[in-house]
Amino acid sequence: MKIRLDHVVKIFETFRAVKDVSLEVESGELVALLGPSGSGKTTILRMVAGLEFADSGNIYFGDQDATDIPVRDRGVGFVFQHYALFPHMTVAENIAFGMDVSKVKREKAAIRARVKELLRLVRLEGLGDRFPAQISGGQRQRVALARALAVDPKVLLLDEPFGALDANVRRELRRWLREIHTTLGITTLFVTHDQEEALDLADRVVILKDGHIVQQGTPEAVCRDPKSAFVMKFLGDANMLAADVRDGKAYADGAVIDAAGLADGKAELYARPGDLDWAPQGAGIAATISRVMDRPGGRRVIATTRDGVHLELDLEPERAVTSGDNGFVTLRRAKVFAA
Amino acid sequence: MRKRTGCTPPRVGDGPFFRRMLISIVLVVGAFLILAPLLIIGVEAFAKGWQVYRDTILHPDTRHAIMLTVLAALVAVPVNTAFGIAAAWAITKFDFRGKAFLLVVIEIPFSVSPIVAGVAYLFVYGLQGIFGPTLDAHGIKILFAIPGIILASMFVTAPFVARELIPLMQAQGRDLEEAATSLGASGWRTFFSVTLPNIKWALLYGVVLCNARVMGEFGAVSVVSGNIRGQTNTLPLHIELLYHDYQAAGAFASASILALIAVFTIIAKLALERRGAGRVRPAVNPAEKA
Repeated sequence: MKIRLDHVVKIFETFRAVKDVSLEVESGELVALLGPSGSGKTTILRMVAGLEFADSGNIYFGDQDATDIPVRDRGVGFVFQHYALFPHMTVAENIAFGMDVSKVKREKAAIRARVKELLRLVRLEGLGDRFPAQISGGQRQRVALARALAVDPKVLLLDEPFGALDANVRRELRRWLREIHTTLGITTLFVTHDQEEALDLADRVVILKDGHIVQQGTPEAVCRDPKSAFVMKFLGDANMLAADVRDGKAYADGAVIDAAGLADGKAELYARPGDLDWAPQGAGIAATISRVMDRPGGRRVIATTRDGVHLELDLEPERAVTSGDNGFVTLRRAKVFAA
Repeated sequence: MRKRTGCTPPRVGDGPFFRRMLISIVLVVGAFLILAPLLIIGVEAFAKGWQVYRDTILHPDTRHAIMLTVLAALVAVPVNTAFGIAAAWAITKFDFRGKAFLLVVIEIPFSVSPIVAGVAYLFVYGLQGIFGPTLDAHGIKILFAIPGIILASMFVTAPFVARELIPLMQAQGRDLEEAATSLGASGWRTFFSVTLPNIKWALLYGVVLCNARVMGEFGAVSVVSGNIRGQTNTLPLHIELLYHDYQAAGAFASASILALIAVFTIIAKLALERRGAGRVRPAVNPAEKA
């Protein structure tokens, strides 16, 4: 089912707000709404679910205007951030709940069979008789998903699906959710503030700031071509240097980089730690290494320029650098935005 | 605990002298202030023998007073339970203007003296009151009759259920209800299948407290009932009447019934507390390892 948001506005008395958001999610697509807290991403998700109603604008499910359809009749599966499992019901009863209350009456045996099938899908066979308090966080997450899938939703909505889990479980569940999505092909929209999660999981990432969409595209597009300093900074570690643009080139503290299309004047140059390199001699930004942090994949080096700017560099594990070394930071690539 | 060496300063209130003194004060005060009067009721009720006790209890006026008290409870408790659930639901699950005001209104009967409530009812429903003449013209009697007693009881006990439920439902949030509706459950279904099972012990606890208060209410009821023996006397009013008639044994006998109800209430309360009523369900730690 294709979802379309058309100029949707929702203003709260608090800081949260959604200001004129238009968005299309293709049928079968897996889309991430990514943004810092207060960017309106959860509100958008709740409006798509029907848990919140837009002040203006429309939400379409396929060709149908779903703006005023209450959540009960909207046919969405919603997975809550803290799962919202019914604590007094067993795992199997939780999963069966949607079928039990459905207007479409089902045979008890049919419901039981479907619960079993779903338990297998989320790899929780044999845990049907447990209560939510008796299973782990990752298992609860999967029960919540099974419960949402039980009502055969047209759209699956997940609010910070892995927010409350620790890093290892997160990564595993992420891969697993992607598999489930590939198997079932349900149009899925999920909210996260974790860029890694959005980039790992989604077909398309929608980046929000202060209730506006600032950029959307495939993970590759948003990573390679961030359209603003905000997106650049939000997607990952970034160093910032003040730069001057003259004749299509940006000059920053001894480094020069192409900045075609930018007007002359002040600008900000952003580079990821991996975009920077270190040269003991030669040209570049003169700097002194103030700290070296060793990580499994390489060495994170903090170099301080003569202006006192700290730059973070990712170097290969073999590079012999120690704090106190003098040398030059060179740019492999960088993004320049008008200041 | 490790034994304290001389140099470590004692924690506040941890000195043996202080501890013993505090415990004895509490015990002595508790015994004189609370336990002794309760025992006296038992002793005095049977002071003139089992026969007198039985006669007092079985006297038509006493029986009528008991019936009236039970009747008041049978009406006031369910009504206030429904009110309490509705109020708690409204306050915890919806956002609306005047929410804080509603919270204050619910608390009023707790802070206002019951006799003030009784007098207020006189001014609203009394013959000189706002609705009095109209009601009288239609032959409806509220004051000095059973409806007045029930209304006064309801006023006094209105907050009990709501106050038990609000903190619990606030802590539980709206997620469960939202989950249930998103799965297609109707409002009623959501309430009975999801909300109620999670608040039932606190609800029962509130009902027990509410019931105890309805049966024991004196001040408000005494103003509006008119104290007509055998007609508008509830058990507490009946006890006062007997006492003023110098029928000490009778008064104590009737009082023993109320005391008995109170003891049962406390037992029920303790049992319910053990089931977790009034306490927030320990939150399931979501950050646990899978």
